[in-house]
Amino acid sequence: MTLVAERPAVFEEGPPHEHEAGPSGFLKWVTSTDHKVIGKNYTVTALIFFLMAGAMALLIRAQLANPDSTLLSQHTYNEMFTMHGSLMIYLFVGPVAFGGLANYIVPLQIGAPDMAFPRLNALSYWLYLGGGSLMMMGFLTTGSAADFGWVAYAPLSNSINTPGAGPDLWIVALILTGFSAIFTGVNLVTTIYYLRAPGMTMFRMPIFTWNMLVTGILILIAFPVFTSALVLLWCDRHLGAHIFEVSGGGVPVLWQDLFWFFGHPEVYILALPFFGIVTDVIAVFSRKPIFGYRGMIFATISIAALSTSVWAHHMFTTGVVLLPFFSLMSYLIAVPTGIKFFNWIGTMWRGSVKFDTPMLFCIGFLATFLIGGVSGILLASPPVDFATHDTYFVVAHFHSVVMALVMGAFAGFFYWYPKMTGRMLREGLGKASFWLMFIGTNVTFDPQYLLGLKGMPRRIAEYAASDGFTTLNRISSAGAVLLFLAVLFFLINVVVSYLKPIPAGDNPWDAFTLEWATTSPPPHHNFLRIPPVRSTRPVWDYNHPESGILEHAKPRSGLVASAGGGTVLLQDVRLDGPDASDPGDPDR
Amino acid sequence: MGIPGVVKLRRNARFLLLSALALGLGGCSLPTFGAFRGATSQGQTEFKLWSWMTIAGLIVAVIVWGLILWAVIAYRRRDPDRIPRQFHDNLPVEIIYTAIPLIIVGVIFFYTVKAENKIDALAPHPAVTIKVTGFQWGWSFSYLNSAGKQIALVETSQSRPPVLAGNPTSAEYPQFVLPLGETTQIVLVSADVVHGFYIPAFNFSRYALPGVTNNFDFTPVRTGVFAGHCAQYCGLYHAEMLFSVRVVKPGAFQAWLSSESAAGLAA
Repeated sequence: MTLVAERPAVFEEGPPHEHEAGPSGFLKWVTSTDHKVIGKNYTVTALIFFLMAGAMALLIRAQLANPDSTLLSQHTYNEMFTMHGSLMIYLFVGPVAFGGLANYIVPLQIGAPDMAFPRLNALSYWLYLGGGSLMMMGFLTTGSAADFGWVAYAPLSNSINTPGAGPDLWIVALILTGFSAIFTGVNLVTTIYYLRAPGMTMFRMPIFTWNMLVTGILILIAFPVFTSALVLLWCDRHLGAHIFEVSGGGVPVLWQDLFWFFGHPEVYILALPFFGIVTDVIAVFSRKPIFGYRGMIFATISIAALSTSVWAHHMFTTGVVLLPFFSLMSYLIAVPTGIKFFNWIGTMWRGSVKFDTPMLFCIGFLATFLIGGVSGILLASPPVDFATHDTYFVVAHFHSVVMALVMGAFAGFFYWYPKMTGRMLREGLGKASFWLMFIGTNVTFDPQYLLGLKGMPRRIAEYAASDGFTTLNRISSAGAVLLFLAVLFFLINVVVSYLKPIPAGDNPWDAFTLEWATTSPPPHHNFLRIPPVRSTRPVWDYNHPESGILEHAKPRSGLVASAGGGTVLLQDVRLDGPDASDPGDPDR
Repeated sequence: MGIPGVVKLRRNARFLLLSALALGLGGCSLPTFGAFRGATSQGQTEFKLWSWMTIAGLIVAVIVWGLILWAVIAYRRRDPDRIPRQFHDNLPVEIIYTAIPLIIVGVIFFYTVKAENKIDALAPHPAVTIKVTGFQWGWSFSYLNSAGKQIALVETSQSRPPVLAGNPTSAEYPQFVLPLGETTQIVLVSADVVHGFYIPAFNFSRYALPGVTNNFDFTPVRTGVFAGHCAQYCGLYHAEMLFSVRVVKPGAFQAWLSSESAAGLAA
């Protein structure tokens, strides 16, 4: 079908539209409560933290490229891996998904004018920015930034072993970002429950929105525990609370329990949004509906439920946890994850798969996530974990997972960048980014599995030539250069699209969820009109009336759609059916 | 609505799995995939589980990669105007790909529990008992007699650690000794923060956890010198918390132990 950059005139008719009367430029950035502005702020801020954490990763890889390396002192190295992990986990992968992409996209996907609590949404962002900046300010203190690892195990994290303001800033920063995440969770859940457009039943929601609902619930389960634990840790450091200290009757391993009770759901808080992106993108670029839509949702819910009872698989070598229970629960997560894999494959099956950059990143996600998944099953076995715990095998495992998620994030950036900016990213540069990232990920992290099996512990600032770790570490460091180039190409791509825009049009991908029914970028309060929602693919139903609507009846008359290609006109049929009484109707 | 390709591939997969099993049972040694075979009987138990699980994992991974690759190649867009058939579920196939992973997971879990019980089992009367203490940044290995009294001690020298990590098996770092073929019980404690007592060649690590005493057995099956690390990050000189273990014949062990305890008494 033909895609047009200009909107047909009929879109400009209709009820007078509320125009944004707010300020512009810097003042808009500071004062806006529009989910789109906040979503962009989140995305850009998270990307800046990503670049900082990436620079730290490059320093780490530079240090480990040679045995007996003295490039960084031990102290600096310890700061680097602590802050690399903290920035990536707490300030990039999570916030870019639930604060950035979801904030922008979820209201659009369900046909809502904004998030349910716009001011709370703004507060989330400012807490996040404030917290993140506070954490980085650790580098400005005399004692330097936090250096107890991103997991801050007690009693290493007490005021005797890691004194100073840097670790305190780290703790307070995470209390702030913890509240930020909780507020975003509240906002997402409320928005998805109450602000859906007429016809948008739960089982017609896009999978990305579904996954964000489950993510929001998981945030509400996990983050309060972590935020409270941080307050307890702060009390230990400053008020002598002895909660995590043996002296005074405290229990150090309690920190690990609380931390991982947050930490493992957190893994899925990070993963589920990108599972959602990948699901939607694969379906769009295969020109088919999602295979096993309901199965996908139940898989997501099962993953979330199981994720709250697997935390002690991070603690198999403590000797104080019930191994069979946590092992079984961890294994079981493989089942819904496997369902997702087969559903993704089923979606492509007999489809018409087009390899635009977002789709390439999704295929990269599938291939890489599979490595992380299979090594994860191995690690869910306590005996195997005894042999590999705290080695580079574990580092490699979760980097396979997280780099797959980063590919999912890039799929999301490339997929929604046209919607957010009205401009296309360049395909050539995008494909270069993809191949560099895909090859770079495997060159960097696959050797680390072997390093772990050879017995290289994680978080060591240096190793001896006699250890035999040198060659594999050099390959790994070379891969990090490829990853750097992948990100560099992405940034160049953004700059090019800024300098020489290619207009995107409303729906450059022939995509089928509601965000593609409005302009790129969408107007203030998102929609001039909301097309009727009769299936999981309202926009597809218009664009391809010849292929029939999957669920429910065919659209009634009043819809104008030119079969056989060309422009699709959306008529407002919002009030013409029983759906008008839907409690989700924003005009109610 | 059927997806015969999937069904066929699954059938092939089952065949592949069965033939791999037959091969493995017939063969005398399992592939290592880069891991240690285990210098203790406990480590060997872990190794067998590791090897079988990795074989199973790789088979599953190859099948899934194959399906992805097939879908990507066979169903690539050739005709830009073609709308493929809009099927979106297939209940039998979905049940199959839910049930098969469940079965695989059940089988793996069964063997995991068997292996972990074997590895964690404590001998009622170990031949040797060693109390190992992790501290920032070193280890002490205290040989105890049946009354729990220390008869020999090996520990990290208290002087400041060297700036760069050396060879763990060199004389810079403490080396404790184990008798071949006999069961030694390790009583692991920490003096300060969490440390990870990790001997790669034994396929084993365990936390030295403040406030907690961890007990486990080593029954060495090979002589030699094996490197040991602190696995759990424990502060500034974590990378230098190295040690080694030497496994010798029981006679040589007794000789070493009496010379060490004599040296200890003299000191």
